[in-house]
Amino acid sequence: MYDVIIIGAGVTGCAVARELSRYRLNVLVLEKEEDVCCGTSKANSAVIHAGHDALPGTWKARFNVEGNAMMDRLAEELDFPFRRNESLVVCLEEERIPELEALLERGRQNGVEGLRIVTGPEIKELEPSLSDEVKEVLYCPTGGIVCPFLMTVALAENAFENGTAFRFNRTVKAVSAAGTADRPVWKLTDSDGEVYETRCVVNAAGVYADLFNNMVSAHKLTILPRRGEYQLLDKKAGSLVSHTVFQLPGASGKGVLVTPTVHGNLLVGPTAQELTDREAVNTTAEGLAEVMEKGRRSVPSLPAGMTITSFAGLRASEAGHDFVVGEAPDAPGFFNCAGIESPGLSAAPAIGVYLADLIAARLQAGVREDVRRTRRGIPCVAQASPEEQRELFAQDPAYGNVICRCETVTEGEIRNAIRRPLGARSLDGIKRRTRAGMGRCQAGFCTPKVMEILQEELGLDPFAVSKHGPGSELLVRQNGGENGTI
Amino acid sequence: MERYDLIVVGGGPAGLSAALSARRAGMRDILILERDDELGGILNQCIHSGFGLHTFQEELTGPEYAARYVSQVQQLGIPCRTSTMVLDLSLTASGEKLVTAMNRREGLLSFTARSVVLAMGCRERPRGALNLPGYRPAGIYTAGTAQRLVNMEGFLPGREVVVLGSGDIGLIMARRMTLEGARVKAVAELMPYSGGLQRNIVQCLEDFGIPLLLSHTVVDIRGKDRVTGVTLAEVDDDRRPIPGTEEEIACDTLLLSCGLLPENELSDKLGVALSPITGGPIVNESLETNIPGVFACGNVLHVHDLVDYVSEEAGRAGACAAAYAARADLSDRDPQAVAEEVSLTLRPEGGIRYTVPQTVRPAHIEEALLVRYRVGAVYTDCTVSVWLGDVCIMKQKKKKVTPGEMQQFFLKKEALSAAGASDDIFVRLEKA
Repeated sequence: MYDVIIIGAGVTGCAVARELSRYRLNVLVLEKEEDVCCGTSKANSAVIHAGHDALPGTWKARFNVEGNAMMDRLAEELDFPFRRNESLVVCLEEERIPELEALLERGRQNGVEGLRIVTGPEIKELEPSLSDEVKEVLYCPTGGIVCPFLMTVALAENAFENGTAFRFNRTVKAVSAAGTADRPVWKLTDSDGEVYETRCVVNAAGVYADLFNNMVSAHKLTILPRRGEYQLLDKKAGSLVSHTVFQLPGASGKGVLVTPTVHGNLLVGPTAQELTDREAVNTTAEGLAEVMEKGRRSVPSLPAGMTITSFAGLRASEAGHDFVVGEAPDAPGFFNCAGIESPGLSAAPAIGVYLADLIAARLQAGVREDVRRTRRGIPCVAQASPEEQRELFAQDPAYGNVICRCETVTEGEIRNAIRRPLGARSLDGIKRRTRAGMGRCQAGFCTPKVMEILQEELGLDPFAVSKHGPGSELLVRQNGGENGTI
Repeated sequence: MERYDLIVVGGGPAGLSAALSARRAGMRDILILERDDELGGILNQCIHSGFGLHTFQEELTGPEYAARYVSQVQQLGIPCRTSTMVLDLSLTASGEKLVTAMNRREGLLSFTARSVVLAMGCRERPRGALNLPGYRPAGIYTAGTAQRLVNMEGFLPGREVVVLGSGDIGLIMARRMTLEGARVKAVAELMPYSGGLQRNIVQCLEDFGIPLLLSHTVVDIRGKDRVTGVTLAEVDDDRRPIPGTEEEIACDTLLLSCGLLPENELSDKLGVALSPITGGPIVNESLETNIPGVFACGNVLHVHDLVDYVSEEAGRAGACAAAYAARADLSDRDPQAVAEEVSLTLRPEGGIRYTVPQTVRPAHIEEALLVRYRVGAVYTDCTVSVWLGDVCIMKQKKKKVTPGEMQQFFLKKEALSAAGASDDIFVRLEKA
């Protein structure tokens, strides 16, 4: 019997797991993919929003502003890249200036600090690449950018090190109530037919969260996946803007953002397309074209031909347009964190604290004294000083062997990514943790080398090495015949 | 800190040939830095034959061709550091070159050199840079990555294959995968002509009955975990897919052979001026970049079709680097004399995409200068002419020129004797 089972190892699930690990509780995270951070958490704008978008009084507004305020300390404790690069909301039409002012007012009501409207020559001083058509700008000094992969991995690793269990490649198929009214027990069945019993469930299942809620509650949820397509540009274009540049949301859609990433690339997107398929993370020709076209409205010099990759993510958009956070009213012990669309990444740390405290209170769990709140990330040779590089090399010569030439990722970093708690098991797992394969050649050169290291470290058969878990194996057979014989 | 007369960045065909010719020109302290575990570069994975017809008058495989250069490098005792990645190139105050590198034996390394030859080669254009829509499953490889997996690791990466792009590596891999028992269903090419050599189209596709679909591209990739199929469509003259021409092809693998990009990130950091057309450094007749003492050759300079030409070009770069470093003092060039020296710019026109070199100082040519160029489309029965101002100094009739095949002409020193400092050389293609 578990105290808590969390369904989903995305950023929210992992944030809840980390906060629950402060308590004397037996916690399990079940994830349908092979790793943490495989759904919407890996395919988003990588932005920590200031908190002016959401309507005052909503969960979105509350958790966005709270989560934003937590980020500096969290990034410090868990050693992941985060930077307050400040954000700008640009207004391109004279007649919409009142909407920008309304956004400022809304932000102030939400408790966002430092907001102000910038006009005239100061606009270009702030961000020289902005279009001449920009009339006014809402300046948001608390806006930031983060590595969503490393943030999620860090939350998960920290939870794991404090005793939280994780099981991957396990799809939860059914949730049902057992036990009694004053002592509820939940039964979960996974895709392998294994049954788990738990006192509490946290539904952090992203675009599938409505399905689990609707299995146990009469208060039905409806999640519509809303696809967003993005283009990621070469680091040569990474300094085109220094701020995150949003367009004023309006009738013609939310507009696309143009932002540097914490790793020095430039990210442009997303589109917004409502779908029914919860797995449709494919990009489209129309979507990719739209991204650049709209991006050029705020930053006209966005270069063509510098894209290194494109991707799509599915926002888990709930029909009520707000996050659904807390215990389902008619299902004691079943806690939702559903509908976590934007600003979900920014809000996740605050949702984690809120839900963990709620669950701990319900289970009357004591606080642990032996919990470790800090975690060190994988050393980054590319960003280390020459002295640090020499130090790493002295620890392990593998930190001198460059495997990914585009991002300067060494064998030492890749082995570290595999060996550490909840380590990488696939090419994508290594990519998200170390950036090997994330550069301009997109893994053309390092793929065979990383495959070899995965085989060595995990004792894998070459044919078991995969891009992202079962079904995505990279090799089909040896040369010369099915069994290596001609 | 170790000091060298010449550091060659890259131990592929270009770097090896440059180092050899520099040594033969009398240069003593040379160091080759190679990121892979062995010298030879991409030739090591090119196990097909067809290399060396110009250089050795015989048909060698890639590893055989490389071995001839590697053994000479070893015989001459030119030092090499393999498995060593160059991380940075910069200039010291005195104009020497500072090379920062790393390997797992020695860790972080710094060298200074009087001259540097850039020979880092090129990389393949990946899926992301092509903006191909669809899912991102396993089974999408650049042709060169697949070539490494098959030829060096000994594994087949897929059974049913579609190739996008008809560059030479794509054509070679269509044949190679077929020989290993895979089924190559089609090679699709966006352009109305192939980017590969004619002989490869015949020997790799036609001989195996593999269809080449010109003016076609991939408009969708399906499969969440592993590729399950792609959709091909015909494109119009503006290379836009034509609605209604879509054809779904079931496959588990998509190979990409859609162009090679010179790898000039290090050159860029050093401040080397790059050509937007070739993606490589802009060089003069000595294959010297805008930074004195920094030379470039091989696929980092411009993408070649035949390795024989790489070796020839790199040999010249090595000799020029030797001549540069042999001068007693790096600052012996009187800046005023340099500024007043006649330097002519080669200007490609009307169908000529680029020339290498891009500038010529007639005083530095011995008798004639070899100029290589590529055209931007397929032309038949055309004329390529070279003009000094409005005087035609050379004319070639061409039966057929294609973008995939490099062309060349010689520029005679005597023809440039009348050139003034502000003259340009025009290289012009005229249709018949």
